[in-house]
Order: sequence, then C-alpha cells, then structure tokens
Amino acid sequence: MQQPHHLNLHVGPPEEGRRGFLAKFVALACGGLATLTPAAVGVWAFLDPLRRRSAAAKFLPITEIDTIPADGIPRQFPVITDRMDAWTGFAAEPIGAVYLRREKGSDTIEALSATCPHAGCFVEMDSPRKCFRCPCHNSHFQFDGGIVSPSPSPRPMDALECRVAKNGQVEVKWQRYQAGIADKVAQQ
Amino acid sequence: MNDTRNAAPASPRKGALGRLADFFDDRTGYRALVHEALYERVPGGARWRYVWGSTLVFAFMTQVITGLFLWASYSASAQTAWESVYYIQHEMAGGWLLRGIHHFMAQAMVVLLALHLLQVVIDGAYKAPREVNFWLGLILMMLVLGMALTGYLLPWDQKGYWATIVATNLAGIVPFIGPSIQQVIIGGSEYGHHTLTRFFALHAGFLPGALVVMLVVHLALFRKHGLHAKQPITRPDAMFWPDQVLKDAVAMLAVMAVVLGVILVPAARAMLAGEPIDPGHLGAELGAPADPSLPYAAARPEWYFLFLFQFLKVFEGWGATGEFLGAIVVPGLIMGVMFLMPIVGRWNLGHRFNVAFTLGVVAGAGLLTAMALNEDYYALWVDPASLAEARKLHEETGGDEAKIAAALDNDPARIAAMKRQLERLEKVEHSEAFLAAVRQAKADAARAVELAGRPERIPPAGMLELVRTDPKSQGPLLFAQHCASCHAHVDPEAPEAASILAKSSAANLHGFGTAAWVRGLLDPAQVAGPAYFGNTAHKDGAMVDFVEDELTKADAWSKADVQAVIAALTAEAGQPVPTELASLVDKGRTLVASDERCGGCHRFRDNGTELGTACDLTGWGGRDWLVDIISDPTHERFYSDSNDRMPSFGKAEEGASPMLRREQIELIADWLRGTWYRPAAGTH
Repeated sequence: MQQPHHLNLHVGPPEEGRRGFLAKFVALACGGLATLTPAAVGVWAFLDPLRRRSAAAKFLPITEIDTIPADGIPRQFPVITDRMDAWTGFAAEPIGAVYLRREKGSDTIEALSATCPHAGCFVEMDSPRKCFRCPCHNSHFQFDGGIVSPSPSPRPMDALECRVAKNGQVEVKWQRYQAGIADKVAQQ
Repeated sequence: MNDTRNAAPASPRKGALGRLADFFDDRTGYRALVHEALYERVPGGARWRYVWGSTLVFAFMTQVITGLFLWASYSASAQTAWESVYYIQHEMAGGWLLRGIHHFMAQAMVVLLALHLLQVVIDGAYKAPREVNFWLGLILMMLVLGMALTGYLLPWDQKGYWATIVATNLAGIVPFIGPSIQQVIIGGSEYGHHTLTRFFALHAGFLPGALVVMLVVHLALFRKHGLHAKQPITRPDAMFWPDQVLKDAVAMLAVMAVVLGVILVPAARAMLAGEPIDPGHLGAELGAPADPSLPYAAARPEWYFLFLFQFLKVFEGWGATGEFLGAIVVPGLIMGVMFLMPIVGRWNLGHRFNVAFTLGVVAGAGLLTAMALNEDYYALWVDPASLAEARKLHEETGGDEAKIAAALDNDPARIAAMKRQLERLEKVEHSEAFLAAVRQAKADAARAVELAGRPERIPPAGMLELVRTDPKSQGPLLFAQHCASCHAHVDPEAPEAASILAKSSAANLHGFGTAAWVRGLLDPAQVAGPAYFGNTAHKDGAMVDFVEDELTKADAWSKADVQAVIAALTAEAGQPVPTELASLVDKGRTLVASDERCGGCHRFRDNGTELGTACDLTGWGGRDWLVDIISDPTHERFYSDSNDRMPSFGKAEEGASPMLRREQIELIADWLRGTWYRPAAGTH
C-alpha cells in the first residue's frame, strides 16, 4: 500500500534557485515545442485555401442573340462552364445564372448577374410588377438593375461585360463580386 | 504545503496582470487547481521509467490535433475518400506533413502502449489498490488498437481496403452473432459509402470519445492512488513539477522528433543526393484507389498487427475452426489472462507469472512479426547464385522427385541437400512474388497520383473510373489475361528477352508500329525469328519469303527504299518518325502503294489491290487498325482464312457477348501504341 503523504519522511520543498528555474524553463520549452509542432502543422494545412485563387474571369457563351427578344424584358440563362472543385473536375456544369435583356430596337445586350449584391441570394424576376425581387431580404431592382428604394441592397445589381460574337453567340464575362458593400469589387 | 502555495507573497502594488490573475482566481480557484495538478509528490524522485504514461497522453493529444485538421479536409465516401486524401497529401500546403505525423504518431502510440504496459506489469503497478486502473488501461489499449484498425481503411486505397476486408471477415466468424456484427460494421453486405462513414465515425467519434472518458478516469485514479514508486525508495521524494514534468517533456519531444525524423529523413537523403524533393512522396503512403476487381497480393496489415496475421498461419489447414481459434479464441484468452493479472498478482508467484506471461506474449508477438517479415522479404537476404542449381534442376524436372533423384545419380546425401535447397527456393519464390506485388502496388499508386494531377482533374465518378480507363494501367492487365499466352511484350534489348521470346508463339508486340519494330520486320535476319513470324504458321509464308528473298536483292530494293517503307509505315502507325527518315515518308508511301512493291499483295489507301491476300496497310498500326484486327483478325482486311490461332476478340455469335468489350480492345490498342496521359515535364 502507498504511504499517506504526511507520513513520508523524505519530503523536501521543490528545488528553487537557478537549477529549479532551468528545469522549469526546459520543461516548458520541450513540452511547448512538442505540442505546438502538430498544432502549427495543422494550422499550416488549414490555411491552404488562402493560397487558392478563383479562375480568372473570362467570356463564356450563354445563348444565341435570337433567343433574346428586343422587348426590354430580361430573360434568365444558366452560365455553363467547366468547374474545378478541389480534386474533382466537372465538365460543362451550370455554375450560376445571368439575366440578359435587349431594349426595343437595340442590338446591345445588357447582362446582369442573378446574384443579389446584398447577401448573395438568387434574385428572381417579378414579372407582374416588372422588377427583380430578392426572396431573402426583399431587395427590389428595376429591369436595368437599378435599386428600387428603400432596399437592403447597398448597390445596384452587378452588370457583367457582354458581347455578341460574329456567329450571333452572346458571351458574358462571368465574375462574382463581393456582397454587402457599396462598391463593386471583384472576388479573387 | 502552504509554503509552496503562497510562494510569491502578495505584493501591495500588484501589476495589472497580477490583479487580473487575482480576479480569475477569486472566481475560479484556478491557482489551487494548478497547484493540485503540478505539486504531486513523486516518491523516490523523478525517473525516466515513469514517462510512458505521459508520452501516451501526448501522443493521443497529437492525434486529436492532427486528426481534427485532417477531418477538415477529409471526405468519407467511396468516391471521395481516396480523392480527398490524395488532395491532402499531394496538393495542400503542409498536408503531407500533417498526414505523416498522424500516421507515424499512431505507430509510435502502439510502441508506447507496449512500453507502458511492460513497465506497469514489471513494476507490479497493477496490484491493489490499482486494479481498476489497470483494467481501464487494458480497455484504453483496445480502444487505441481499434482506432488504428479503423483509421487504416479511411484513405480507401488498396492496402486499407483489403486489410479491412480481412479484419471484418474475421469478425464474421464469431459464432452466431459474427455475420450480424460484420454487416453492422461495414454498413451492409457490400463495402462502400457506409463502410467509410461508419469507420470514420468510429475512428474520429465513438472510439476517441470513449477513450477520453476512460482516460479522465484513468488519470483521476492515478492521482488518487499516487504514482507507484519503483521499490526500494533510495532517493528523496521530488515534486511532479518541475522534476518529473521535465523528464516527461523531454520524452515527448523525443517522440515527436522520432516521428518527424521518420517523415523527413528521406527528404534529407534526397537533398544530400541532389535529387528533387516531392513532398507528396514523404510521410504516409497512399496506395492506388481501392478496386474490388483487382487482386492485391501485397495486402498486409499494419506492422503492429503482423503478428496476428502470422499467428493465423499457425492454424492453416484447420479451416474455419482454425481462424476462429487464431483470430478470436487465443487473443481473447490472452486478454482474459491480462484482465486477471491483478487477482493472480496477489501472490508473489502470481506476480512472477504475470511478468513472465507478459514478456512471453511480447516475445511471441516479436517472433511472429519477425517470421512474417522473413517470409515476405526472404528473397532479399538470399544470394540468388546459391540457388541457381536448384532453380535449374527444378525447371528441368518440373519438381518430379524421381527425375531429381536420377539427375543427382541417386546419391542420398546430394538428394537431401537438394531437397533443402528446393525448400529454400520455394520460400524465395514465395517472397519474390510478394516483392513483385509490392513493386506493382507502388507503380499503380504512382500512376494513380499522376492521373489525379491531370489538368482536367478527377471525374465526378471518382479516381477508380480514371484508373479503369487508363491504357497504361489496364493495358498490361488485359494483355496478360488475353494476349500474353501467345504474344510476347518485351523490349528486345532486355536481358530476359531471349528466354521470353523462345516461349512465345506469336509476334513480340513491344513497340509495335515504331520504326524499330518495322525495321525488325523488314530485316531478313529477324522476320522468321521468334519476335516476328518465327513461331507462327506464317513462318514459311509469303511475307517471310519476300523479306528473305526480295528485300535482299540490292537491284530491286535499295537500302533507301527499305528505309522509305519503314518511314511510311511508322508514319501510318502514328508513331514518331526518326528525323533521318522524315524526308522519306512520301517516297515510302509511293513504294507501299506500288503494284511492283508492297502494293502487289497489300491494299494501301486507293491502290486498288484486292483485299484477302495480305493485310490492309491503310492506317496500319494506328488505333483503328489495331482495334479492328484485335476485334476480328479473320476479316478480309487482315488474315482472312490464313489467320493463325488468333481469336476474334470483338466478335460474338448471335446473343452471346464477345470476349472483350470495345472499350477493353481500345485500352489494349492504346497501350500497345503507347498513347496514354503523361504529365508535362516539370510537373508531377
């Protein structure tokens, strides 16, 4: 049986002085180094996403120009492109949506991202009221993307660069922007 | 004790930090707790032999930390487990080191467990009043081994997959409830998504959760009873802090240093040799993705379970009873005896029995491990020259005892010596097969990693699909299965080429369609040799006659003409035309098409020669041509009626399925042509 502590006669106080200090210091240093190693390596790997950048914005074919009547009413189209998700490569996948619109008698196409600039929800068309409406926080936008005040959204809908190729393909430069701020800042 | 608790007397002018500390101490009493934790008496002073428990706690902490970070990037499903581990290992910054620490610290933990157990048993620390804590320790040990077993599967690579199949099948032989246990563990009757989700939940949730609870009680009981001092006590007592903590901390750092060393030594070695270092190849291995349809002869459990693997072989020939005895009854009995140790140890003789038993088990496990390693790696420490005679005799006699005896002049002494040699030969061959399987496994793993790094990345269906559609991986397997019984595929320059070609009964398809291959075909010295038509019915055919007679007539065929035909056929096959022949391709095509030359027998493009006499040379050696000839060599474009034994792999009777599907034939064709994904130089 183990002796109760108060009966043990060899008790001395813990060593103090320089040797005691050195022992404490070395103990803390060794223990700290040993434990911090896995933690530091873990944090290193955990911060890996900071090294990664989204692919550079590029023009993607969306539709034929004939599918957008010159009536000033936006039409919704999926944005389809190859997508990389960590280790998986998806070929020709819908990655988002745009609204395309052509004014009466005009050949220019306007493109708006369907992502709400407020908090990133998917903005819907409200055809009877002739406007866009975000289902999350009720931001309203005109068909040209302008804010209908009062609105929780700090900025109009994000216009995207758009061009019509010679063969009549409508191409949109697909880009996501940071939500929730008044300035239109491209996401990295 | 008051002297130490109030070692720093309260200063009347405390700094902000001191006041903050007081604030928290008043509300939590943390100083007393810290004091309680640190100022534990160590009877007889600090000792290195007490560090094992602390290093185990440290190892477990390391596993929790690295495990949580791995969890942040791991995806448990049959289509993403290998893929996510690949991503951690080969693409994430520091992922290889994180995984390496987790992998090797797990192994260190098994070693530390054994040392801790040995120390406790030898010191008699399991005796009253510490019985319960000893039992808790044994349960903790089983939990750790359970985590090792479940963690092995998670990368879903070949070795983890096959090792788990064996382990779960062994669980399935428990009478009555075995099959149900097995079905519950693997999440159904097939291994797949739910096997992974369950193993992951066990590995990262249930088992460590239970371990933490047990560990808390284990430590609480340890503090309650105090440290079991090594007797007799000859030195003054010391305090846990800083004396024992110092030794513990140094031991922890040493454990971490060993783990890092195992991971980083190969890197240091490469650096010294001036070789490039690919961190993806440091640390834990990642095999090829799990494939239930591929045999995996390199399957072995992790080294610390090798003794169980070897132990099962003791019961070979006993059938299911043997497995039951070896995998369940005997290990169960050993654990049972260990649980009874605190009772048995009440008697002096009992303690001696316990020590002897534990040492015996450890020695036995060590011996079994050594035997397992010796069986697998035997060929590495045997001089092949010493067995050359036995190998030759075995080949000549086919192992027939009477013939062997006759060859040795029926001399009993020589026969007995030869018998021993032949036994060794069998062991060497067994080991060589294992080593070849390991090499193949490494090559497959490297190829999978290469494919996963393609710019297109891994398809959504997962890595296995990519491997199964990869000509470089599948070609050799399909060739071995369907073609190699007749065709050789060996580099003619290789030392073993002659003996392989001698055994083949159709053309050597190594480098088929390349300039070197065509050159050999048009070489009078080779065309009737074993690499071309020598071992076929065409040995005395028109083509052999032509090459041997016509091509040697310098007035009919100049050297340049032959070179031109080589250039044209190489180009037709889509193989690289050597630069010195590049200008001859057009001339060669004219020769091949001409009635006076090849075109006399062979159709080439629109030269109008009837099909049915000789092979169509249009697109010769190209992908379509190869796919078509493998599908049906009896087609008039190929050998028609003169086809020599080659099956029509892609043709089938009504209602039946062909021997090979179109995709399989394409894989063979692509492999023969050497068209498969190659990473661009400078990437990996």
